[in-house]
Order: sequence, then structure tokens, then C-alpha cells
Amino acid sequence: MALWLSISETFYRCFVNEDRYLLLLSGIGVTIKVSLLAVVIGIFIGFFIALCNLSKNKTLNVIGKIYTDVIRGTPSVTQLMIIYFVVFATINWSKWIIAAIAFGINSGAYVSEIIRAGILSIDKGQTEAGRSLGLTAKQTMLYIVVPQAVKNIFPAMGNEFITLIKETAIVGYVGLMDIQKAGDFIKSATYEAFMPLVGTAIIYFVLIKLLTLALGKYEKHLRKSEVR
Amino acid sequence: MIKVVDLHKRFDDTPVLTGITEEINEGEVVVVIGPSGSGKSTFLRCLNLLEAPDQGEVYIDGEQINMPGVNVDRLRQKMGMVFQHFNLFPHLTVLENITLAPLKTGRMNAEQARKKALELLDRVGLSEKAGAYPASLSGGQKQRIAIARALAMEPEILLFDEPTSALDPEMVGEVLDVMKNLAKSGMTMVVVTHEMGFAREVGTRLLFIDEGKVLEKGTPEEVLNHPKQERTQSFLSKVLV
Repeated sequence: MALWLSISETFYRCFVNEDRYLLLLSGIGVTIKVSLLAVVIGIFIGFFIALCNLSKNKTLNVIGKIYTDVIRGTPSVTQLMIIYFVVFATINWSKWIIAAIAFGINSGAYVSEIIRAGILSIDKGQTEAGRSLGLTAKQTMLYIVVPQAVKNIFPAMGNEFITLIKETAIVGYVGLMDIQKAGDFIKSATYEAFMPLVGTAIIYFVLIKLLTLALGKYEKHLRKSEVR
Repeated sequence: MIKVVDLHKRFDDTPVLTGITEEINEGEVVVVIGPSGSGKSTFLRCLNLLEAPDQGEVYIDGEQINMPGVNVDRLRQKMGMVFQHFNLFPHLTVLENITLAPLKTGRMNAEQARKKALELLDRVGLSEKAGAYPASLSGGQKQRIAIARALAMEPEILLFDEPTSALDPEMVGEVLDVMKNLAKSGMTMVVVTHEMGFAREVGTRLLFIDEGKVLEKGTPEEVLNHPKQERTQSFLSKVLV
């Protein structure tokens, strides 16, 4: 009973007192905003870099290779800080947008490899059938190869999205109050470590669990053309 | 209609076509036969530039197509192709498979494309499959849909690359029937096949290709019954039982 009292008292102190739950709520908003925009930017960059890597043009190959090498070879915290404090130093955009751009640039390198593998997994006969009907290379890619590749790469992309959400836990470095930073702030304000940190973990876990469920549902929907 | 002059093609160090000069006229059904690896499929694929010839010229309606700057996509719209492995688009329904190219090339509007597709489905005897996905079809049905898909672009020439080789024996007939009807309707066709019965019955001209060259040509009667070349004789003795 005494234990229960002390737990509920700590809970109150950490999350209810001084409306601290609002911090966490707005932190959830920041994490979601940054992740969503970053994933969209990542897909665009990833698609473009994948096309560079698949192209017959040597210059484009080199651009794609350098991009992937640099992004994969440096820590994302370093990239975030360079984008925020150097590249966007004089540009007055919202912090969360700049952070999303940084994460999008980072994610793009990984997404490009996923997309490249997905496109290569589509049988050459599909492209030949499209071209033999008089479709252009672009039309064939857009209407025949990409829709099928999307289905194949969907699980890997879902994985990347989940990784990205967790990666954003470093946005505190550029002064954004996301879930992680909010938990950390509560920890400092209350001198409690257990409750705020475990609470932070639970929030991330629930977010990602919900996302996993939604992705699984959507994947089933995508596979409907395979049902006999 | 199609003219090729001194066609050469090699894959890495292996010569596949070593000088083919040939002309295919409107309304002809040219059947290409020959042993595996003789270059007959490559010859066919050079006609619509799925393979780029290393040397030689390909003309369609008098226009040379293997030249830089030529709009290959527009020329390919005149030539349909049917593949050994069907290559239907698995993410689209049968109807969408057929209407995709006429719609996206701007050749037809949605209503015209749909009407054309239903008409073609009727022609290949698969009207009831319009809404089905390719995964639910048998091999013979898939190939008949692939023929309908090629016809939707209203091509002047149809190229067939071993259209029955991937089929179970009991499904070969239904595909050949569709092809026979096409030939009867006056479609210009180039058919690479191992079906000697089809070659004899439908072919207006036969080409026997071996080691990258046309070794013998003539009417089915001439080539199949009175082959002059020793290699043609030995090939036919193996396939005509």
C-alpha cells in the first residue's frame, strides 16, 4: 500500500503537477511532425538518388555514390548539427522544419538503397513489355515498375520509418522539445529518473506499435492483387 | 514493311547474329524456326530494338529505326510483341493491362480504351476475366490476354517470341487458335516458334536460322518437306517426329 502510494505520488509529481503532461503531449507532436516530414523528404531524395545510382550516366552514378557514402559514414547527430548550425545558420525557418530536412537528408541515403533494390527486383520482362507497347522509359518506370517495387519494398520502408522516429530523439541537440527532451526536462525538474525515462520509453513504444499495426494493415491491402 | 540489312549482334564475345538481310511484307506470316541459341529470338528482338543491333540497318515502313534521334517509342507503337513468359503486369487487372498503353500514350480516351479492351477480350474469348488479376489466370489465358494487350495499340505488325513454349501442352491449342484467327484477319506476323504444325498451316514463309544466319527460307512446303541444307534436314529430323 505504501509502495503504491509512493508510486502514484511520483507519477503525480512527474506528469500532473505543473501540467507537465502538456510538455510530453507537445513533445509527441514535435516527434510526429519531424518524423512525418522527414520521411516524405527521405522518400523524395531516396527515389532521386536511387535513379542516379541506377542510371547509365557516370556523373549521376558518382553523385549518388558520394551522397550515400557521406551520409552513411557520419553520425546523424553530427549531420543534424551541421545542417542546423552551419547550413541553415542564417535562414530563419522553424526549428522543426530544419530538423526534418536534416533527418530527411539522412534517411534519403538509406531509402535510396531500399528503392534501388526494389526496382532491381522487378523482372526485366516487365520493362520490356512496357517498352514494346510504345511506352516511354519514364512511363514504364512510373506505371509498371514503381507500383510493383513499392509493394516489395514496403516492409523495408516501414522499418526505415520506425528507425527514423527513434533517430529523431536527438533533436534536443538543436533545442527542440520532443518526447525525449520533454522526459529529460521532467527528470531535471523533479529529480526523478525512473518515472520520466520509463514514461518516455513507453510513449515511443506505443507510437511505434501503432505505426507497425497500421503498416501491416496497409501491406495486406497492397497485396490484394496476389490473392487468387 | 520491315526490312533488315546485314544485321549483326554479339553478346560480349559471342556472336549471335552474323549478317541477316531480310524483308517482311504486309500480310505475311513469317515463321522463324531453328535450334536453341541460333539467334532467332535475338533477331526478333532486334526488330523492335529491345536489343540494339551492333551493325546493320532496320527499316520500318521505309524509315530506318536504329539511328540516334529516332523516336523509338512511336515506332514501337506500330509493333506489338508477345513474350514467352507473357509479362503481364501483375499489379493491374486484365482490363487495366490492356488499356494502360492506349491510355498513357494518348492514343485513346478512357471510354475508347475500355471499349476496345472489351472487344479484344471477346475476341480472345476471355470477356469474363476483365476484372481478374493475372495471378488467377492459367498460362493459356495469360498468353491470350497478352495478345489482346498487344492488339490494343492497333499495331501493324505483331512479333511473337516463342508464345507457346512456356505453356502446358493442353493450353498450346487455345493460344495457337487465337494466332491463326489473327493471321486469317490479315495481320502481319513474325513468329518464333517450335510449333511445326503451326508453321506448316499458317506460315506464308519460313526462315530457318542457325548460327546467326538465315540458312534456308521458302514456303512451309519447301522448307519442311524439301529442305536443301543438310543442317535444316538434321534439325527437322529431330523436331518432326
